[in-house]
Amino acid sequence: MYDSGKVIVGIIIFVGMFTFPLWYGVVTKAPLEPPKLEKPAKGKECVESIAFMRSSHMELLDTWRLDVVREGKRIYTSSTGKQYNMSLQNTCLDCHKSKANFCDRCHNYVDVAPKCWECHIQPEFRVDKKVAWRSE
Amino acid sequence: MGNSRRDFLKIAGLSALGLGIKPTADAFAQGAAPKVSVNPKAIRGKRWAMVINVQKFKEKGPELQKACMEACHSIHNVPHFDNPKQEVKWIWTAEFGHSFPDQERPYLHEFEEDGLKGVPVLVLCNHCENPACVRVCPVKATFQRPDGIVMMDYHRCIGCRYCMAACPYGARSLNWRDPRSLDKDGKPFIKTLNREFPTRTRGVVEKCNFCAERLAVGKMPACVEVCKDNEIVFGDLEDPKSEVRKLLREHFVIRRKPQLGTNPQVYYIV
Repeated sequence: MYDSGKVIVGIIIFVGMFTFPLWYGVVTKAPLEPPKLEKPAKGKECVESIAFMRSSHMELLDTWRLDVVREGKRIYTSSTGKQYNMSLQNTCLDCHKSKANFCDRCHNYVDVAPKCWECHIQPEFRVDKKVAWRSE
Repeated sequence: MGNSRRDFLKIAGLSALGLGIKPTADAFAQGAAPKVSVNPKAIRGKRWAMVINVQKFKEKGPELQKACMEACHSIHNVPHFDNPKQEVKWIWTAEFGHSFPDQERPYLHEFEEDGLKGVPVLVLCNHCENPACVRVCPVKATFQRPDGIVMMDYHRCIGCRYCMAACPYGARSLNWRDPRSLDKDGKPFIKTLNREFPTRTRGVVEKCNFCAERLAVGKMPACVEVCKDNEIVFGDLEDPKSEVRKLLREHFVIRRKPQLGTNPQVYYIV
């Protein structure tokens, strides 16, 4: 092989950079703890099971949005038979009192930025603060 | 040989049946699936309409109209942008001649002088039966509900303003600025914040929704609630016993620009 020295060094550098995300955390011992969420003071259970909410809250909210805005159906009867007003702002955030300590902790961890709070009012929002919907 | 094929088919059939049992049993074991439904307290109608009594408003003076606008705009977090070109409005006043340009005729002023000349009239989205805004919306953000309310799904609006060009009543406004920000004096555009209703964001069109969110919990529209003396009446046009139908029977009413074929559902007693 011609220039085998350069080629092999090149391959080693490439593999090193390509796998950077895999070994960086191990080498620097960066903590890889899942985010800790603030538990709501009131109520012991969410509208559905915790496992379901963790995996599928976005789909639930998406169907809620369609049902409420398009169909005018605003009452959700959960699989346990309890009834809830289908509202992100008035029902979800009535228990989860802080967007920063609940929504943001996971969303920042997995690096997603849903645009809910450009319009829906989070509990932290104050009218006299500038552009308050961005993460505080 | 034939016999064993027969046995094979029998076993295959039984196995298929056995496989089918599990999902069926699971479905029964799961209990009730989540359901969505309409609030039983909701006020329902087949064709919502509004009757505004211009004469009564003229007697009451501008305070009542201001109270209607104030109630609506504060409940729905409508921003007050200081630049009139960027004004956002759900319900507002326009003088009689501007509200009803098609009512022009010779010597109208003789009637108007002690009648309705220059009198401010409350105007809002007409919730047309044949809404131009719905037809032109390229993303179906504006739609018509079965009960006639022309609603917006703000999640979908891309701010193209076709609907604003299409609406002959000027009932739609674009948020040219972030409604949550502050004016040049550092005061918020939204004076009083209603935490139970969302705001809009920059680049989204908004308009009156006939208080769909209030009807859904059994309340009358905000502007109707403000008017104690039936200056504005709201009801189901398809119900012959409704208050709006009674008013339409007893009074001569006009509508804004009906010749355009939009079939507006806000009626004015003059």
